[in-house]
Amino acid sequence: MADTAISVAAPDAVHEEAGLFGFTRAQALAFGVLVAFVLVSPFFLYPVFLMKVLCFALFACAFNLLIGYVGLLSFGHAAFFGMGGYIAGHTAKVWGLTPEIAIIGGGAVGAVLGLGIGWLAIRRSGIYFAMITLAMAQMVYFFCLQAPFTGGEDGIQQIPRGRLFGLIPLDTDFTLYWLVAAIFLGGFLLVHRVVHSPFGQVMKAVRENEPRATSLGYRTDDYKLLAFVLSAGLAGVAGGTKAMVFGIATLTDVHWNMSGEVVLMTLVGGLGTVFGPVVGAAVIVTMQNYLAEFGAWVTVIQGVIFVACVLAFRRGVVGEIGNLLKVRL
Amino acid sequence: MVDTILETEGLTKEFRGFAAVSDVRLEVARGSIHGLIGPNGAGKTTCFNLLTKFLPPTRGVIRYDGRDITGLKPAEVARLGLVRSFQISAVFPHLTVLENVRLALQRRRGGSFDFWRSEGLLKQFDDRAMALLEDVGLTGYARLTAGQLPYGRKRALEIATTLALDPVMMLLDEPTAGMTHEDVDRIVALVKRVAAGRTVLLVEHNLKVVEGLCDTITVLTRGRVLAQGDYATVSRNPEVQAAYLGTDPAIAGSTQHA
Repeated sequence: MADTAISVAAPDAVHEEAGLFGFTRAQALAFGVLVAFVLVSPFFLYPVFLMKVLCFALFACAFNLLIGYVGLLSFGHAAFFGMGGYIAGHTAKVWGLTPEIAIIGGGAVGAVLGLGIGWLAIRRSGIYFAMITLAMAQMVYFFCLQAPFTGGEDGIQQIPRGRLFGLIPLDTDFTLYWLVAAIFLGGFLLVHRVVHSPFGQVMKAVRENEPRATSLGYRTDDYKLLAFVLSAGLAGVAGGTKAMVFGIATLTDVHWNMSGEVVLMTLVGGLGTVFGPVVGAAVIVTMQNYLAEFGAWVTVIQGVIFVACVLAFRRGVVGEIGNLLKVRL
Repeated sequence: MVDTILETEGLTKEFRGFAAVSDVRLEVARGSIHGLIGPNGAGKTTCFNLLTKFLPPTRGVIRYDGRDITGLKPAEVARLGLVRSFQISAVFPHLTVLENVRLALQRRRGGSFDFWRSEGLLKQFDDRAMALLEDVGLTGYARLTAGQLPYGRKRALEIATTLALDPVMMLLDEPTAGMTHEDVDRIVALVKRVAAGRTVLLVEHNLKVVEGLCDTITVLTRGRVLAQGDYATVSRNPEVQAAYLGTDPAIAGSTQHA
């Protein structure tokens, strides 16, 4: 029966054979552009601003791993991001440990927190999953408000950047930038690898049709939980890195606003695309930065963009470009 | 004594007092094609969900291969070789046709929790997947996304995916639902072919399909077993005729001229 011509195929239907590291040709090209940008931009743009973009980009990539590839909408990712910041800050300031240990610690605690919250949340799906993650994140928020080590309303301030591996001083923004860039690129590639791994295949199967994945013998809850833990851990790394960059860890990063912002970034950039969250984070952070003079209006402008996204280009910036060029990005 | 692979005793499922399936005793002989028929709302699909553990029974026992599986989880039942299909076509629409089948083959690795490895590792299953696709006539579609297949091909893909698990027993939920005549004939031939060496339990609306395919037929109405036997016996049963006449004359018509 294989004789039938493949007439149903739209040009974008035939999947390109994935090449190096699971990148298709278009993706490899886009990745090249991304790396070039990361390498060149600090010579032209303010490094602290760029580091902020990279931290949020990693955060959004972590979030996208869940929503884009497992189909789980977490509305509590600020808990992992903010807690990662507190842990990194505490580790570096109070315990005086090196920055890489502080950041890894932030990621580890994010992952453990994700294990607990994820274990509860994956029992429900859809809106209920989102509500549970939101509720749990609110509990984390109040914990951070009350716990002595977080500094309450003041947060943890004047976190020392220290010396990388105890050797390289990170005092200048330019030096720190390369650490942040390495963490971002590492995290980005990790997410990409997860998506294009044997585990990623099952993850996508769960997104597409969970009962069918179950009927093939996969314990879908276990896969969802691992994805959740990975996502939370990466969010913790992003939060920890951000705390090291700015030298502060505050309640802003555990507040549910932050959970909403990462949803916005991912949607603007393109849900379920590899590069979307990065572009989305860049767009939103840039807006916040350059529109700061409008004060409260930033929120209104963000809201308008969000509505425009949902109404006009649902695939997000990268999703629409990919659709236009008939490639997966 | 017939070698029974799957049997239920007093299988009952109540939804808030309404018994969708009540006191069903089912015995499926090993190696047979067993049909489960009945008018709309007879409890066929509920029965299916109970057997594959997608629903927990209110009462009753399910034994598979001599083992009590009443308390198992759906994924565990699948690992025992009791694999189901779904009424709505169950493919992974945004994955390629090849990936769909490969996902089933991938189960042979055990759990796939290795998120740090490349999916290139899965290429080892490509040959087997292509062979399965050839079996169901989908070779030329391998690199398309499954969502783009026409309906009948999706069902074929679903069967290929199910077969990839090399199931001991297949449960097919209305494999020909919503199909054109040619597609029906193709699926019937396919089921017949793949049933060799396996046991098949299928829910079916289309009595023509059941007639040509099934060794034994169980008729359900209102959650109860009305009759059981081969097609000739069952179709002559006045109660069965009445049950079909009462709800769906068209199907009853096809019973009579069969």
